[in-house]
Amino acid sequence: MPKKIVYALTAILVLISMYLLFFVAPIPIDPGSAAGDPNNFKIFYFHLPIAISAYLSFAIVFVSSILYLRSKKQKWDMLSLSAAEVGVVFAFLTLVSGSIWGKSAWGAYWVSWDVRLNTSLILFLIYLSYLMIRQAVEEPEKRARLSAVFGIIGFISVPISFLSVRFYSKMHPCVVPPCPSGGGGGIGGVVLYYLLFNFVAYFLLAATLIMLRMDNEELREKANELKRKNNL
Amino acid sequence: MKFLQIAKKDLKAEFRTKQMLNSMVIFALLVIVIFSFAFGNEATIFVSNLNKKIVDLLAPGMLWIAFTFAGMLGLSRSFAGEKEEGCLEGLKLCPADRSAIYNGKVLSNAVLMFLMEMATLPIFVVLFSYDIKNLPGLIVVIILGTLGFIFVGTLLSALTVNTRTREILLPVILFPVLIPVILSAVTATGTMLANGDFSDVSGEMQILVVYDIIFFVVAQMVFEYTIED
Repeated sequence: MPKKIVYALTAILVLISMYLLFFVAPIPIDPGSAAGDPNNFKIFYFHLPIAISAYLSFAIVFVSSILYLRSKKQKWDMLSLSAAEVGVVFAFLTLVSGSIWGKSAWGAYWVSWDVRLNTSLILFLIYLSYLMIRQAVEEPEKRARLSAVFGIIGFISVPISFLSVRFYSKMHPCVVPPCPSGGGGGIGGVVLYYLLFNFVAYFLLAATLIMLRMDNEELREKANELKRKNNL
Repeated sequence: MKFLQIAKKDLKAEFRTKQMLNSMVIFALLVIVIFSFAFGNEATIFVSNLNKKIVDLLAPGMLWIAFTFAGMLGLSRSFAGEKEEGCLEGLKLCPADRSAIYNGKVLSNAVLMFLMEMATLPIFVVLFSYDIKNLPGLIVVIILGTLGFIFVGTLLSALTVNTRTREILLPVILFPVLIPVILSAVTATGTMLANGDFSDVSGEMQILVVYDIIFFVVAQMVFEYTIED
């Protein structure tokens, strides 16, 4: 079973990445110049990977929503549901871990003029409302169709939100490392290897969770089928 | 041009009772009145290090809160009326493209919303004894922002009309998607109120125009899926 291999690989990689994070990974910040405890940089090693995993999950929702509307095949609906749920969890974790890091590094949980903070929050809210739509419709076919429409609309508004927030908060374009200008924490050398390792681990984690969620949904379908057959 | 007929039908039905328009206008008026009670005295205080009165800082946000909340009332009823007596089925039987229904609804919703805004703006000026510096610029910003609101709002109104909790669900799913429009419109409105011109808000204007175009086009493509059964 190739699925089981993926699951096992995920478990091993996430465990290794946790070990590396707490005991091995370097802190590329000069302790003298850093605000707060320099150890807070360790949050970065999983903060960025889970943020990117959330974005990828939302991209999966977008693509599978389009595919659903084209083909009306149920598996695409299951995929969008699973990816949206995993994405919402990851986006929430991104916000939480970012806030904790922000409290330590900038002295505030939330800095309302930062672009990335606001964009992540908007993403989280959009996909939360996606899940709300799913909850509000009972008929499976209609639920799949309506949520697919919103999956498309929501994803399209994300890049525009990003731009609008950038104009809205033009005073502080880049606080969170990595900044393109090289400000914040410079990413390079050994740090990059640890980061890449974490990327692989968390992408696999997201993929595993999505697959498990889809299996879950298939089993529920089967259970419903049996219930209907036996008139329960 | 079939969408003109649909818009005409909607507006005719609306102007017979003026039910929706009245509640929208009165609601927007109430929002402005409540703001004027809440900020009344403080609003005229002059903040010397910003060289502005407090009302200048609050005005764009207040206006757009009144516009979007009152507009939401109209949007949530826009398709709900069609659910009664199978009107939506009748509309779908029209020998026209499905997107004509969407365009017609957009037109009728936009007319109602512009009427509401035309009534709200003078009340705001009176209650806060405010003078608008760049009225033509403000009108352009309000039109662009309202169109963005209506394009997405009409689509999502059609989407939520099939759900159990439609009146509650519509604002919850609409506002996250509207954030770019509201942010840009509020910033641009603030500049227009304070005697700025388009060159000061070119970024915001670009976002408003791009948002309007993208969502108008996407809605044409996906609208049919929201009302098919």
